[in-house]
Parts: sequence; structure tokens; C-alpha cells
Amino acid sequence: MVKGAHGGWQHFWQVAWNPESRAALELTLGLAGAIVAINAVSGTALAWTLVRDDFPGKRFVNTLIDLPFALPTIVAGLTLLALYGPTGGVGVDVAYTRWGVLMALMFVTLPFVVRTVQPVLIELDREMEEAAASLGAERLTIFRRVVFPHLLPALLSGVALAFARAVGEFGAVILISGNLPFKTEVASVYVFQRINSGDTSGAAALAVLLLAISLGVLLAIGALRRWATRHDR
Amino acid sequence: MTVSRRTRYGIRVFSLGYLALILVAPVGLIFWRSFDHGWHPFWAAVSNHDAVHALKLTVEVTAIVVPLNTAFGILCALAIVRHRIPGMGLVNAIVDLPMALSPVVVGLSLYLLYARDGWFGSWLLGHGVRILFALPAILLATAFVSLPFVVREVVPVLREIGIEQEEAAATLGSSAFTTFRRVTLPAIRWAVAYGVVLTTARSLGEFGAVSIVSGGIAGRTQTLTQYVQASYENFSLTGAYAASVELAMLAIATLLVMTMLKPRRGGHIGNRGA
Amino acid sequence: MAIEARNVTKRFGEFVAVDDVSIFVESGSLTALLGPSGSGKSTLLRVIAGLEVADAGDVFISGKEATALAPQKRGVGFVFQHYAPFTHMTVWDNVAFGLSIRRRPKNEIRARVAELLELVQLTGLGGRYPAQLSGGQRQRMALARALAPEPEVLLLDEPFGALDARVRKELREWLLRLHDEMHVTTIFVTHDQEEALELADSIVVMNEGRVEQVAPPRQLYDEPANAFVMSFVGPVNRIGNTWVRPHDVELRLEPNGSTHEAQVERIVRLGFETRVDLVRDDGQQLHAQLTRDEVEVLELARGDIVYVRTKRAKSFA
Repeated sequence: MVKGAHGGWQHFWQVAWNPESRAALELTLGLAGAIVAINAVSGTALAWTLVRDDFPGKRFVNTLIDLPFALPTIVAGLTLLALYGPTGGVGVDVAYTRWGVLMALMFVTLPFVVRTVQPVLIELDREMEEAAASLGAERLTIFRRVVFPHLLPALLSGVALAFARAVGEFGAVILISGNLPFKTEVASVYVFQRINSGDTSGAAALAVLLLAISLGVLLAIGALRRWATRHDR
Repeated sequence: MTVSRRTRYGIRVFSLGYLALILVAPVGLIFWRSFDHGWHPFWAAVSNHDAVHALKLTVEVTAIVVPLNTAFGILCALAIVRHRIPGMGLVNAIVDLPMALSPVVVGLSLYLLYARDGWFGSWLLGHGVRILFALPAILLATAFVSLPFVVREVVPVLREIGIEQEEAAATLGSSAFTTFRRVTLPAIRWAVAYGVVLTTARSLGEFGAVSIVSGGIAGRTQTLTQYVQASYENFSLTGAYAASVELAMLAIATLLVMTMLKPRRGGHIGNRGA
Repeated sequence: MAIEARNVTKRFGEFVAVDDVSIFVESGSLTALLGPSGSGKSTLLRVIAGLEVADAGDVFISGKEATALAPQKRGVGFVFQHYAPFTHMTVWDNVAFGLSIRRRPKNEIRARVAELLELVQLTGLGGRYPAQLSGGQRQRMALARALAPEPEVLLLDEPFGALDARVRKELREWLLRLHDEMHVTTIFVTHDQEEALELADSIVVMNEGRVEQVAPPRQLYDEPANAFVMSFVGPVNRIGNTWVRPHDVELRLEPNGSTHEAQVERIVRLGFETRVDLVRDDGQQLHAQLTRDEVEVLELARGDIVYVRTKRAKSFA
């Protein structure tokens, strides 16, 4: 998929770097960063609960995690809008706000960290933890120095995927955000609007940046995988 | 390590609460809203002409894209694992690209290629071939975004079973095709099945790329996902919710099949990211 | 059904696995390719099978040139170290595979598979899957599978390497009996010299991609061509430039002109034979191998002084 930037580099930057596109990109990256932090915590917690805890309906919950993979993004956005928007009846209205966009992103990125961390937790040799305990380590120390280093590569992979997804998300966001320029307009929606107004060079400019970010993330994940398996070689 | 009961409950409440608030409640509400006045309003909403056509179009597209991507996926996986062709790393990266790429970027690329002033567009339109704003563009967009799934599921399984069974079949006199049919394919069938399910889900739910290249003309080139958006924007909430429920039901069916196939897909459970 | 490899060379990148090797395997014989890891024996076997393509040299099977033939066309049966079972097929279907792709009539297949299962003593297990079998059973299945299409040649790549010691012994005897019955030209690869000595009519000793010696077991043991062969095929003592087998180290309680004085360091009782570790007065360490009775008669104990002499010492140029 080759991208065309019409009119050379200078024109490209002129077009790419107008205030509206800059705002859209900043918002996108900011939200994606928040997603990384949120998912690092919630994803690990969910993975922990699914592996180390036991309660009725656990298998059902495990299946549920994959729902954002299966559900169309536009539907995801609509469901959040229905509950947390003006007609929701729960006393919050995040429609047309950045919180709304954030929640949409939380929905679609939910499975990533859980699914990368889960297998590592499952395979984690309990004996390592037991050995640490027998050597006198406190629970928090055991987590910090024995468990966490093993989780870290998986965690980083998961947040990298979540980041890439959050940067590019379109369908879940488009209804709930209202696409207000400078307020809730994210990069993907900006690109879409530009195409609709016939300004393909403007669209292409920002799209190229998004493409570069995607490639960067892919490379990072590949490097992470190699780093993670360095002990196995 | 055993954590204290308090910590365990704490983590459990936090994680399950997160799940409930972000995932379960919103989706549940849509079902509620669609059915709290009975079956009729829902049925009426999904059986109007445009809704039916949107469903048909979406299913048609999926029915074409999935077999194509499955065949491609298996061949690609075989090439990546079994043959050391130069440039395989590049192929690998290209196959993975749709996972990390925004659908609007995909849509835009197709648009730039096939628009009237695009790289291929001028030539194609001159010969009467309409790609954009018609079925071919929808097919291309959907095929590209759902490309990686079969490949990514099959590659680790192929690696894990190794080449020995295929060598054994060769020494027993089996031709390459027979070996593929009777030895390789059966060994990867669960991985392929799982990949097919993921591809299907992705095709049914595709929205971003299709929004750009499809034109979304109700009753003609509007997919079911586009129908949801159009309904909402025309203040037809029931229509939007009803179509969403249709899609959600397909998603849940997909989810159930995924859950059944997951333990069987062989290889190691590896990276399930997207 | 004779096999010949002429000047075969095979490289993997910089590494030369097989270096200008020529061997001739008599029709109907049971030959071992023996050597340490990395000696090229498995690679040579795979070149003969057609699973690897040689960089130089030719392969002849039954007098016909096979170098350019795909493995399908060579009429070789191949047994892998880890059995390579078709995991998704039953034992029966595994064994029948070679016949079913040749489209033999169903009743012929049924008869042959039943015959083979009986031969390998797996009758009644035809409906099981390989995962449900033990290692030894899986290997027998692999053998039956390889034999089903009546190959001219049978090649086995460390066939018993993945099995535990007792099963290994059983299968060794079993392979011998099979070969006696079927007389298929057989080549097997092993790093276990005991296995080679026990089974083979002729042993090809390989090291670092080259052939060190080809000989029947007795000759290999008694007349090794060089130090490598001697030390690989059995235990040795190295004394300066000569090499002596432990059972050629004689122990006496009295000196005798040609003996050296030595002190017993350790006595290791290994079942019917006993190894006595000694240090000679000139500092040379020796291992001697005696029977239990001999040790009892001498009433040896740690620290004792004895007198040793060697016979049949070999030196190589």
C-alpha cells in the first residue's frame, strides 16, 4: 500500500502540520498513552484474576474477554453511547467529551494485555516463587523481583498492541466523540473528514504519520519478542 | 505466591468491576433496549428493506473474503515456515501490518489507488471497471484488514509440528500434493478453523476502511455496520440498536465457536494479541 | 539392493557435514554408521534417502543412479529418531499410508497391515492413536509403516536413541530378528558403539564428516585403523603413544620382571565385570577390567600395591 504525498516534501509538511491536524494527533497520542497506563493495570489485574483466582462463572468471564475482538467497533461505540450518553439514565453523559473517546478506546483495547499476560502467568513456575519465599522474601518482593520480570515482556507486547490499536481506532470513536475539531477529533476521524472534503493530500499527510507509528510499533513488538526470549537461546 | 484473601478479593472486584462497567453493561443495555418492548419492534426494524440488504451485503462480502483469505493464509504460512525464500521477513511484516494499521489508512490507500485520479483508477475506469464505491472496493478493503488471522494462527503450529511427518510421507512415496492433503492439512486444521473464525468476525465487523471506499448508499453499497451508523445519524435509534443487536448476536456466536476451538488449535498458546 | 555413495560431500553454510565420503553397502546386509555427534552420519543417511541433496557426489541404489531422484522415487524406507508418526491418524492408518497412496486394493492393504502389525507385535492396537502408545510401540509402528510398501532399502536414523535403556535392548534384538527374516538391506545410524557391535554385519566409523574405517565388528575392535576408532569403539588406556584395552591390563600380586608397580585407587563393581583404577609408579593412570572371580581371587582392596603388565598394545603412525 503505497502512499502518495502530492507536491513534494515541503508542501507535505505545510499540509500536515496545520493546527487542526496537530491537535488531532496530540489528542490521539495523549489518549493512547492513557490507554497504555490503564491497560497495564487493568489488563494485568484481569489476567491475574483469571489465572490465580477462582469463582463461579470464571470460564464465562474468560470467554467474555474476547468480545471486543468479535464485536464490530461501531457497535461497541454505540453501546457505550447508549449507556453513558444522554439517554443512558445512569447520571453520566460522556457524549462529545474526551472521556467518551477514552472509554471507547478502553473497550476495544481491553483484551490485548490480558491475552498476552495470561499465558505467561499460567506457565509461570510456582516453584520459583516458593523458592523465593523459602529464602525469606516478602510477598511484594516476590512479585517485584521474581514474578514481574517474567511478566514484563508480555506486558510490554500487550500495551504496544493496545497503543497501536488506540492510535488507529475509528469505528468505536466516531459516534461517541462527536468529532469536534480541537476538542474530541482524533487523527483517524480527521483523516476521514479530509477525504470527505476532497482534501486527499491533507488526509494522506496525517495518514503517513499514522502508518509510521504503526510500523514503529510493529518493529518494537518484534524487538521485544527477541529480547524476551533471549534467555531461551 | 499466595496473596492475602483481602488482596485477592480486591483484585477480583477491581478487574471484574472494570469488565462490567466497560463491557458487559453497555452491551447488555443494547439488548435490553431492543427487546424491552417485545420481539416486534426489533423484528420490524431489521426487516425493512435497507436493513435486510445491508445484512445480505455484509454476509456476501464475508462469504467471499473468508475462503480467499483462508487459502492465501495457508499458502503464505507454508511459504514462511517451510521455504527459505529471500524476502520472507518482508512478507512476514506485510502480513502482520493490518494488525497494527488504522482502518482509515487502509481505506485511504485504496482510495488513492483506485480513485479517478489514482494510480490504477484512471486506467481501470477507462476500461469500464468500477472499483471504488462498489462491491470490489468493499471486498478489497475487507480482505486486507482480515488478512493476517489465518497466517498467524497456522505459522506457529506448522513450526511446532516440524517437518518430519512430511519427510516421512515423502519416503513412503507421497507426492507433495498428497502429503499436503493427507499429512499437513489435517495437522493444522484446528488452527485453520480458529483463524477462519477470527477472519469471519473481522469481516463482518469491518467499518473504517469500508466507510471510505464504499459510498454507503442504502440498499446498494451499504454494509450492516454502515447501516448502524447511518441509522444513528438519522435519529433512528431503534434501527441502529436493532442492527447492532444483529451484529452482536453474530459476534457472540463467533465468540462461542472461538471458545470451543481455542484449546484445540495446537502449537503453543503464544501471543493472542489481536 | 546394494547401496553405494561415491564422493558425497554436503555442506551447511560454512560447515562441512560430509566430506568426500564413499561407501559400499552389500545387498541384504545390516550396516551401522557409527560416530559421535556431528560426524556426518545422519546427514549421509539423509543424502542416501534423498531428504538432503548432496553438493557433490553420487548415490546408487541397486546399481541405478539415484542422485537426482526425489525421496518418493527411491524405494527407501526411513525410520526417524522421534518416529515422525502421523499424529492425527490411527496406528492402522499410519502403517497403511504407503499402500493407500499407491492405491492398492482394500483387501490387499488390510491383509498386509494385519501381517505387519503382527510382525511388530502391535496386533490389536491398530485403532489407537500414536499419542496413546509407548515410545517402544511407536517405534515399532514406525518400522511397520516403513516396511509396508516393501522398500528395497531400510534406513534408520538413531532409531532407539529416544528410548530408555531396557526398551532399547529389547528393540535391538528385535531388529536383528526382523532383519534375519526379511533380509532387506539396512543401514542404521548410531552413536552407541555397543549397539553397532551387537547388530551390524559391517560398521562404518565416521568422524568429522569422513570415514575412519569400514570393517566387521570383530575386526574393528581387534584391528582399529587409528587411535580415534580404537578409543571410540571401546574403552582404552592411553600410555604415551600406545593404546591398551582395559581387559589387556594384567594384574599380579608378585612382580615379574616386565611388570610395573601400581597402586589400586578405586574398585568399581559393574555387575559381572569389575573395573580397577590404578596409578602406576611412573604416575600413569590405568583402568583394568577384570571379572568378579579374578578380583575375588586377588582379594583386592583400595590402596593395595599390585604389579601390572599390558599386552596387545597398539600404536598408530
